[in-house]
Amino acid sequence: MDGEVNIDFSNKMVEMKNIVKKYGDFVANDDISIKVHKGEIHALLGENGAGKSTLMNILYGLHQPTSGEIYINGEKIQENSPALSIEKGIGMVHQHFMLIPNFTVSENIILGMEPVRKWNQLDINKAKNDVSEISNKYGLRVDPNYKVQDISVGMQQRVEILKALYRGAEILILDEPTAVLTPQEINELIIIMKNLTKQGKSIILITHKLKEIKDAADFCTIIRKGKMIDTVNVKKVTSDELASKMVGREVSFEVEKKLQAPGNSVLKVSKLSAMNNRGIPALRELDLEVRSGEILGIAGIEGNGQSELVEVLTGLRKALSGSIKINGEEILNEIPKKIMKSGVSNIPEDRQRRGLVLDFSIAENIVLQNYEREPFSKTFVLNEQAIKSFSKELIKKFDIRPTNENIKVKALSGGNQQKVIIAREVTNDPDLLIATQPTRGLDVGAIEYVHKSLVNQRDKGKAVLLISLELDEIMSISDRIAVIYEGKIVDILDIAEANEDKLGLLMAGGKK
Amino acid sequence: MSRGKRFKGKMLDLILNKDLKLTLISIALGLITGGMILLVAGFNPFSAYQLMFLGMLGSSRNIAWTVVQSTPLILTGLSVAFAFRTGLFNIGVEGQFIIGALAAAMAGYLLNLPAILHIPITIIAGMLAAGLWAAIAGFLKAKFGVHEVIATIMLNWIALYLNNYFLEFDFFRRPSSESSHRIQESASIAIGWLRDIVGPAVRVNWGIGIAILTVIVISFILKRTTLGFQLRAVGYNRDAAEYGGINVNRNIVLSMAIAGILGGMGGALHVMGVSRQVSVLATMEGFGFNGIAVALIGNNTPIGVLFSAFLFGGISYGGRNMQNIGVPTEIISIVIGAIVFYIGSYRLLDIVLKKSKRSKGRNIE
Repeated sequence: MDGEVNIDFSNKMVEMKNIVKKYGDFVANDDISIKVHKGEIHALLGENGAGKSTLMNILYGLHQPTSGEIYINGEKIQENSPALSIEKGIGMVHQHFMLIPNFTVSENIILGMEPVRKWNQLDINKAKNDVSEISNKYGLRVDPNYKVQDISVGMQQRVEILKALYRGAEILILDEPTAVLTPQEINELIIIMKNLTKQGKSIILITHKLKEIKDAADFCTIIRKGKMIDTVNVKKVTSDELASKMVGREVSFEVEKKLQAPGNSVLKVSKLSAMNNRGIPALRELDLEVRSGEILGIAGIEGNGQSELVEVLTGLRKALSGSIKINGEEILNEIPKKIMKSGVSNIPEDRQRRGLVLDFSIAENIVLQNYEREPFSKTFVLNEQAIKSFSKELIKKFDIRPTNENIKVKALSGGNQQKVIIAREVTNDPDLLIATQPTRGLDVGAIEYVHKSLVNQRDKGKAVLLISLELDEIMSISDRIAVIYEGKIVDILDIAEANEDKLGLLMAGGKK
Repeated sequence: MSRGKRFKGKMLDLILNKDLKLTLISIALGLITGGMILLVAGFNPFSAYQLMFLGMLGSSRNIAWTVVQSTPLILTGLSVAFAFRTGLFNIGVEGQFIIGALAAAMAGYLLNLPAILHIPITIIAGMLAAGLWAAIAGFLKAKFGVHEVIATIMLNWIALYLNNYFLEFDFFRRPSSESSHRIQESASIAIGWLRDIVGPAVRVNWGIGIAILTVIVISFILKRTTLGFQLRAVGYNRDAAEYGGINVNRNIVLSMAIAGILGGMGGALHVMGVSRQVSVLATMEGFGFNGIAVALIGNNTPIGVLFSAFLFGGISYGGRNMQNIGVPTEIISIVIGAIVFYIGSYRLLDIVLKKSKRSKGRNIE
């Protein structure tokens, strides 16, 4: 951030040489070499399935490489295992936190390495002191006495990092650390990372977000389809260069949109209230309107009612009161099928749970909602020929790979799974398309594709409701941005007047 | 030519199919384990198995018995497999079999109709009664979230005692016996002329034809109809099915009802072709529970169930022949148990196979 570099080039902390990892005929890592020096933040950039996680799992000792050598702190590591790599100073912070919610912060940190007094009594005071000490040393603010379930996601992440440091980690592997954070928390994390390197720690950052790499990393190794493409000095490349190295072609982040004035109101929600699964109000008299020919983005921190809103809109959750109108027709608490018929399609948040039947083929998933309609079936008997030719058409049109319609969807990459859903939903030609976290876990190429599809719908004069935790996504394609906080839309900004600071403040519950 | 080629390709796919391979290996391992136990018990496993296979297929009489034994297992296995494909575990097939048999025995004895009506009505009575019976478990699951395993286990015992209760009544019970009146000749599906060929004691009947037909129908329903599509979608991923506008609860009830219909059909055919009566049950007969093993060995596919029912029926009937050299019948149960065990530890076998492949790969390097 300030151009200050803490790297000690004379001191190689991690060196992986010519790592090859094969699973049968599939080569997950094909001759990859990386070097991480003391005090360096080294980013691993690549699309999903490129082999980043495999490489790090090899370093952490979860997998054995087929061939290649690993050196930690100059020492050659043989027969690596998690226990050995922890002993050698490797610490890993997983994307999904491994914390026990009803333990306190300090209990979580010492877990497995508890300080004891005589007769094996847990020395909780020493534990608390130890935790405060390292927390102060590295500038990682936590309150050791709070239960993990009561602290914010950002703080939980700091607890994970402290856990690794408590175990004496010299090299931290952070796996997609920003996926769950707000913009403000991301900035804090970057400061923490810089602090750690100042203290001589090294960090390997796994990510596919270019902005973070530009902000935080010193060097970046780009992996594509298991092959190492390049290692670059981050200061000397642009984001676009990084992106094209990662994807293997030019990528544009600017999504082109036609200038057009929005039309009639397609979705009108007024005074909508609903409970969440625990019986606590999740939506409190929420008002919302989406017009034809516009993309309305809903920004907000996870858990402010987004999921419940989508579930109520699609008929999967009963609302307590309020009204939902599609083209003037009331659909509150109707069954999903009826809502679908009135012109609502949905790209669900959890594509593997809600969007797809993973054990079904591509073709079966494509007709998942339309199998009862001609030509796909006639008097209860499926017409396989019609399903097949329709699927082939969509597979071609939406560039789904592999192109065999009989392949089970679970064998597809995340991006292609999402394409199957988009193909299905967009082909329904809905008046309102709801997209919840449509690019979660997707790589740059696929994200570009998803965004284009949404903008296409808008340009065709359809209404699009985009709900996402990624502010960049919301800001890059929305026409208007509504901020949701504690089950209410607190403000709606035009894209021209929106910026990260304003939105961040609103998302955190601050007043205008 | 191209058709011939395609057929060959399909056969090759079938043979190389991983599931089938693992199943065959499991069967082989089960037989080997049984053989070792025979050896330990002091018998020659080869001559014992030879006797078993002769008992299965050695004469027209034995073949006929194997077929007769397998018929109810095809249907109970199909019931379990069908429910399983739609995401439900039908432990209740034993009770559905009992209810089907009971209803068929009543319809077969109490009604007086010409055979052309009496036979279908008797079968349908058994199917409907058991279908409704199983639908109770489906309803409890859909409405109150009661797990179908719990509900169906309870229903098994209720079915057993309901059967015994009906046998208390004079209108149904044959005087001075533990059984019901025999069904009318017009409700029987025995094949008289075939009995003259294979021996008077063998209860050959049309049941096998009906069972095979049912296998084909169920296979068609699952693969080719909108109903099968819905049921499979609910079975594989209930949430996505719900999202796709499929009524999940209705499908749960329907799926249990169809499974019950199949189990009940097994019971009805058994009464109409073999036992011709129902008796007071001290304990479960096991046609249904064996159906669970049959479904497992058959990898829960209709065609697989057909073959595994023959295997199961054959081993359990032909195995009795081993008694000729003094092998106790328990050994037969051990062999079958071992096969089921190896198939149940399918994952384990999968892992072992992969490991051995990998270490082979290393040796080449």
